[in-house]
Amino acid sequence: MITKSLTELSAGLKTGDFSSIELTQYYLDRISKYDSDLNAFITVTEEQALSGAKSADEQIAAGTAGALTGIPMAHKDLFCTDGVRTTCASKMLDNFIAPYNATVVEKLNAAGMPMLGKTNMDEFAMGSSNENSYYGAVKNPWDLERVPGGSSGGSAVAVAARLAPIATGTDTGGSIRQPASLTGITGIKPTYGRVSRFGMIAYASSLDQGGIFGTSASDCAMVLETMSGFDPKDSTSVEREVPNMSATLNDSLKGLKIGLPKEFFGEGLDSSVAEVVESAIEEYKKLGAEIVEISLPNTHLAIPSYYVIAPAEASSNLSRFDGVRYGYRCEDPVDLTDMYMRSRGEGFGTEVKRRIMTGTYALSAGYYDAYYLKAQKIRRLISNDFKEAFEKVGVIMGPVAPETAFKLGEKSGDAVSMYLADIYTLSLNLAGLTGMSVPAGFSSSNKMPVGLQIIGNYFEEAKLLNVAHQYQQVTDWHKAMPAAFAQANKSGEGE
Amino acid sequence: MSLSPEEVKQIAFLARLSIQEQNIEQYSQDLSSIFGLVEQMNAQDVENIEPMAHPQDAMQRLRDDVVTETNQREKLMSNAPLTEAGLFLVPKVLD
Repeated sequence: MITKSLTELSAGLKTGDFSSIELTQYYLDRISKYDSDLNAFITVTEEQALSGAKSADEQIAAGTAGALTGIPMAHKDLFCTDGVRTTCASKMLDNFIAPYNATVVEKLNAAGMPMLGKTNMDEFAMGSSNENSYYGAVKNPWDLERVPGGSSGGSAVAVAARLAPIATGTDTGGSIRQPASLTGITGIKPTYGRVSRFGMIAYASSLDQGGIFGTSASDCAMVLETMSGFDPKDSTSVEREVPNMSATLNDSLKGLKIGLPKEFFGEGLDSSVAEVVESAIEEYKKLGAEIVEISLPNTHLAIPSYYVIAPAEASSNLSRFDGVRYGYRCEDPVDLTDMYMRSRGEGFGTEVKRRIMTGTYALSAGYYDAYYLKAQKIRRLISNDFKEAFEKVGVIMGPVAPETAFKLGEKSGDAVSMYLADIYTLSLNLAGLTGMSVPAGFSSSNKMPVGLQIIGNYFEEAKLLNVAHQYQQVTDWHKAMPAAFAQANKSGEGE
Repeated sequence: MSLSPEEVKQIAFLARLSIQEQNIEQYSQDLSSIFGLVEQMNAQDVENIEPMAHPQDAMQRLRDDVVTETNQREKLMSNAPLTEAGLFLVPKVLD
């Protein structure tokens, strides 16, 4: 069961090899067997999963099922789920029961996908290691002493350890691509505006974008095309037709121009990561692609400008948590100011407070031009670099992260050294482009997975998925499973 | 760039975040090193560059001014820490 693609699961459900209830129970069993080691889930929604599976089975029997009907999935605990606890991994929202569904959840529910549970993450999506969770760190299934990356670490680990066939994530500065790379799975961050942000708890609104983790590009294509599309409830959603992303997976890559930005291969890149990325590029040459060296000269400014823009938007977005309408309220407030200050001081974790204060200072009187405005101008320069590059090449490739998964606790004492881990992913969010991580091998030094980053022009998700799929037709890296979690359930159907 | 403990206390107040006295020094070091990183922007000349607020430079979309939400007062208020008679309760604001 755990080696099947979504297409194979869908076929198995349609032909009656197994029911959605059996399939869903199979994954619930895996979660209860393995998640105590991994901590990938904050809430397991067994009841919703099985009732969703029951109605999926009814649709399958009635012949009204779609391609995804009956395939269970997990959602990052940042997507609001009606009637289900939605915490954003924060003490602030420990008891928050979302009163409505995020549009993404609504669409995937409508497609008949039962929800297995809500996955762990860095609090309010702020982090690159998944250590900033009120519910504890998530462990990397390839080595339980290492981080899975973040912020969507729980979703990445759920897919990597095959506790869910597919899972949603969000990416503000690399939060899908980096954990996908560190856990050896496929993840795609769509173009800003492609997937509705309605019902996604906001971190940095001009950067946040929902996306998907799977074990292959073709699985991601099936789900991404279902969750994409214009949403009048999201004011930055883009009115643009969603192509059939599965239809072009088999297009030939002959003549494809791949740009390699020299700034992504310089100082700071671990040599064992560089080796893996270079060998993936060699595969692309064999597939008929042409390699072009390009330059993104403002790459070094991505981290400084991101760490103004994201915290500034966060300080504004997170001002809604005031202890009045929802969320944590401190004990015995003496007055209104005391209630605000202690509710927020006690309800938010350290990294969240750090970013709120960074943003508050950057936006405070007299500093706006020096920080926020300047960062937005640099954002333009970064975006122009990509525009120029895409006049010469079809896609851009490089590493996702400068190194493989690091040890738990290794960087948690130093905020800035953690920020530097996002050097190759942040610039995409600033420009609003689409990008993905594809498993490309393992580090020769520590045997941890390494992802290849593929960057596409605006709204070219289908092309990225095609480029990734062609690579997955000639390589097996995406099929590798962490040994401790690779065993199929004994009682499983269809094994 | 360096932010003093006094400045950190002022920022925390503006952000309405209570910070324990023993953690102020750490936040002051952290924020100082974050702004040290941020100030790498200063090396770049951005004269005459148009600031970018949205990846597609899209304009704010408007909708018709009509009611689209149904009344779900009880459901929406069920997450509130303290309510009475359909109202949110907060500490006394006026004496």
